[in-house]
Amino acid sequence: MRTTLFTRRAAIALAACAATVAPQAAQAEVSFAGKTIEWIIPFSEGGGSDKWARFYAPMLSEALPGKPTVVVKNIPGAGSTKGANFFASRAKPNGLTILGTSGSTQFPFLLDDRRVKYKYADWNVVLVSPTGGVAYLPKDLAARWKKDPMDVIKNVEFIYGSQGATRLDLVPLLAWELLGMKVEPVFGIKGRGDGRLMFERGEANIDYQTSSAFLSKVAPLVKSGEAVPIMTWGALNDKGEIVRDPTFPDIPTFKEVYTQVKGKEPSGEAWEAWKAFFVAGFPAQKMVFLPKGSSPEIIEAFSKAFQKVIARPDFAAKSAKRLGVYPQSTGPAARLKLKQGTEVSAEAKAWVKKWLKDRYGVEL
Amino acid sequence: MDIVATALPALGEAFSLIFKLDSIGFLIMGVLLGLGVGVFPGLGGIAGLSMLLPFIYGMDPVSGLALMVGLVAVIPTSDTFASVLLGIPGSSASQATVLDGFPLAKQGQAARALAAAFASSLFGGLFGAVVLTFFILVARPLVLAFKTPELLLLTLLGFAMVGVLAGRSLLKGLIAVGLGMAIGAIGEAPAQGSPRMDFGFWYLQDGFKLVVIGLGVFAIPEIIALLRQDRAIAQGARLGAGWWDGVADWWKNRWLSLRCAGIGVIVGVIPGLGGSVVDWIAYGHSMQTTRDRSKFGKGEIRGVIGPESSNNAKEGGGLVPTLLFGIPGSGSMAVFIAGLVLLGYQAGPEMIKNELPVTYTIVWSLALANVVGAGLCIFLSGGIARLTTIRFPLLAPFLFMTIAFAAFQSKQTLWDLAALSAIGMLGIFLKRFDWSRPAFLIGFVLADQTEVYTYQVTQLASARFRRGGYDGLWEYLFSPISIVLIVIIVVSVWFGARQSASVHVDEPATKTGTKFAPVAFTLIVTAFLAAVFVDALQVGPMTDKVFPAVVAGAAVIACLILLIRMRRAPETDVVFADEAIADRDMPHGLWPTLGWFLSLLLLTALFGFVIALALFFVLFLTLRAREKWGMTAVLTAGGVGFMVTLAWLLNREFPAGLLQYLLLQNGVTPPWPFGGL
Repeated sequence: MRTTLFTRRAAIALAACAATVAPQAAQAEVSFAGKTIEWIIPFSEGGGSDKWARFYAPMLSEALPGKPTVVVKNIPGAGSTKGANFFASRAKPNGLTILGTSGSTQFPFLLDDRRVKYKYADWNVVLVSPTGGVAYLPKDLAARWKKDPMDVIKNVEFIYGSQGATRLDLVPLLAWELLGMKVEPVFGIKGRGDGRLMFERGEANIDYQTSSAFLSKVAPLVKSGEAVPIMTWGALNDKGEIVRDPTFPDIPTFKEVYTQVKGKEPSGEAWEAWKAFFVAGFPAQKMVFLPKGSSPEIIEAFSKAFQKVIARPDFAAKSAKRLGVYPQSTGPAARLKLKQGTEVSAEAKAWVKKWLKDRYGVEL
Repeated sequence: MDIVATALPALGEAFSLIFKLDSIGFLIMGVLLGLGVGVFPGLGGIAGLSMLLPFIYGMDPVSGLALMVGLVAVIPTSDTFASVLLGIPGSSASQATVLDGFPLAKQGQAARALAAAFASSLFGGLFGAVVLTFFILVARPLVLAFKTPELLLLTLLGFAMVGVLAGRSLLKGLIAVGLGMAIGAIGEAPAQGSPRMDFGFWYLQDGFKLVVIGLGVFAIPEIIALLRQDRAIAQGARLGAGWWDGVADWWKNRWLSLRCAGIGVIVGVIPGLGGSVVDWIAYGHSMQTTRDRSKFGKGEIRGVIGPESSNNAKEGGGLVPTLLFGIPGSGSMAVFIAGLVLLGYQAGPEMIKNELPVTYTIVWSLALANVVGAGLCIFLSGGIARLTTIRFPLLAPFLFMTIAFAAFQSKQTLWDLAALSAIGMLGIFLKRFDWSRPAFLIGFVLADQTEVYTYQVTQLASARFRRGGYDGLWEYLFSPISIVLIVIIVVSVWFGARQSASVHVDEPATKTGTKFAPVAFTLIVTAFLAAVFVDALQVGPMTDKVFPAVVAGAAVIACLILLIRMRRAPETDVVFADEAIADRDMPHGLWPTLGWFLSLLLLTALFGFVIALALFFVLFLTLRAREKWGMTAVLTAGGVGFMVTLAWLLNREFPAGLLQYLLLQNGVTPPWPFGGL
């Protein structure tokens, strides 16, 4: 049911796009020769989104017609809403200003943060870079988990280093809550790296990392037996269904774990809410946008350029380390993910807000 | 033995990689770039490295590393120029250097102070590299032994230094700390993100950045004071001791330098502390271990050697969490990790194990860059020290330009300049009424981590208690490391208390005036703290409420005690210290002088930074410095041209004003650099 609905929605979206761009019709071939393209990143230098943009920038420069210079411009502040607002109000639709967003830009949008003055529906998405997340336990708890997850869920008091319940941590906290686990978040850490350190110091006994961080930082701990992965958040297939994460095909998804311990598939408002925020935070985590009103030729030039980058023979090897082995989406696939990651039903939204208030005292 | 057997072959390989002509060439290039960027306050390693990143892609790894490390390594070296010569803290790493470095420059001993600082930096950097070479192989368990209670105790150790830095009145020093913490608590709470004291205004939501506070509290009061006196920085425009004396000073204090380098490495190695406190710990230590403390704050060379030895050693130490855990110890380290990725390396435990030669290449490039950078700086210091003999009104517009641009790097908005002006005024009053500015700054720097660690320790300890009862609790809170730290803190506080009771007895009487001005300022501070307290009570989640409520509440009580004492004490008491009495003979008043700086803010608000800057230069140089038109034109073109070139090289924007806003409203985008953010 859901699948057909999503594809139909996607088709409508596509048609709508085509309709709006039709009157502008054919223009001369797009070329950015001698131009400089500014890639706005609403985060500081050195963060995950900054690294991601800087990874793509030189290859994008080579792939765009006319080989323009692509520079990354960091405009951090107000939880990334400042840079996104700047883009929404200032960027001209000439292809010389593009925006890179992350889950941290989408969550305030989804939660109706008063600082948000941008609408995703206004923009044109040209690339979606997915990621995944893996939760892991220390070896003693993992052994118990392997024997009987219910024992751990019922009897263990978990401590988790968290950046805040309204951030990306909403996804793991809500997932564990749905399973019935007793997880006490210790707030105030500055990044997931600090959370991992808290786990390594033995102060926290559960943690999760995004795929690339898991591959480079937790995998050695798994090898030495200090950490054992128990679940991933999963990945989205082309139909918008949650499936096993292609980077970690041997680890069950949260959905599978839920079905195993509860004896039925998850459903209801809470599950819908979790799924929406999961998509925004992981499969549609990082996106590249052109401003409102960009011509179809320019959109096409960027989509093609990103396709060219992804098709490079050395891309797989280069990106596996950085981005995990997720298919990077462009074109219609990107638009579908954008839709799923930025459109949440009013009920699901209300449910999450209430949960945040009741559980963590956060008033939004 | 095992460590040596692992380290030596890798070390040999690393040396053969570094000591090649092209690697050395790139290293020197990085050093030169780093010196250029580092001289300019507020930019630091982040801007410099970001400028390099586009070129790093596709470079040979060793050359790329040499380039990046060369740049990072010398920034805490070259930022000393601004701290010593101009009294502007070049970066968070050299704030303590200002305290004694700048008075030395005023005495005409700039070259000596600089050379001592660079010799200390050089030594600290080398010491850091040597320690790291072996330590990085065994660091993991030791670093992990620093759990949250230990981190909290290390933070408290930073506060313990307030005792020696509090100035003549311990009570005022404590309130200054509280004020710093209260201002540090403005914005999104670190735990649950509740808004605090932001009045719905986005600029305050992110809180104040250290660069604005540092410039406001240290640079502005000094610049204004010098401008009021209309003289060169060096008294009588004469230069005394040369750079060789500075090197000799360092040698005389080599053991102090060694201890402070040790402090630097240790603080750098532990992730989560941030480096901004290390120079204060080193400064406090230098004070505690000096028999005659009367010269501190007035030009004591040990006050320069201590912090400078520690901040370069910290940079080496900071590589441990960066490389070993992939957790950047600072903003520039975060960009450094991004650069490593572009070269094909992932910082993390695997790197130490599998890529030890590369790791050592980084460590020893750092050492080598320190030698080249500090060596170069020592030889330059004699010449650059001449800056202090220039008539100050000629220097002032450049300094205003510099600090305005530096502050603008904080959040890239006009409000940065407004915030700088506001904090600058606070700094002027703190200085005038003799409230300890270092104590204020320490409070600000440590506010965030004090709050977070206190809250986390409480939560983690109660979880331990539920699981393991009192045994579990004690074991967690009082590890051997904790006990050592507690002892050090107790000894430091005791030293501080003893010192503040005894050391000022033989000091010349403080200048005091009437009671009115000091009491009025105290009342304003009390009102602000009370407002913070009331605001804290409105915050929803308990975790975000407790810290500002306790800090502001305690500070208000301290203020009331101070006010009672002010009522009882005679006008000549130290609590009424008022520099304005001594400043009366200055040829220019405070408000007209400050007005010049505010005019730059106003002009920027109207026309955007670049146009405002040109107008400001012309107005200031003709009306205030009374220069002829020819000189004015040359200096204006030089200043504005330099600013625009720098911003262009680093891909930075300028603050926009009303003009830009109106143009944009009408669909006209002003061309760079006349547009802005």
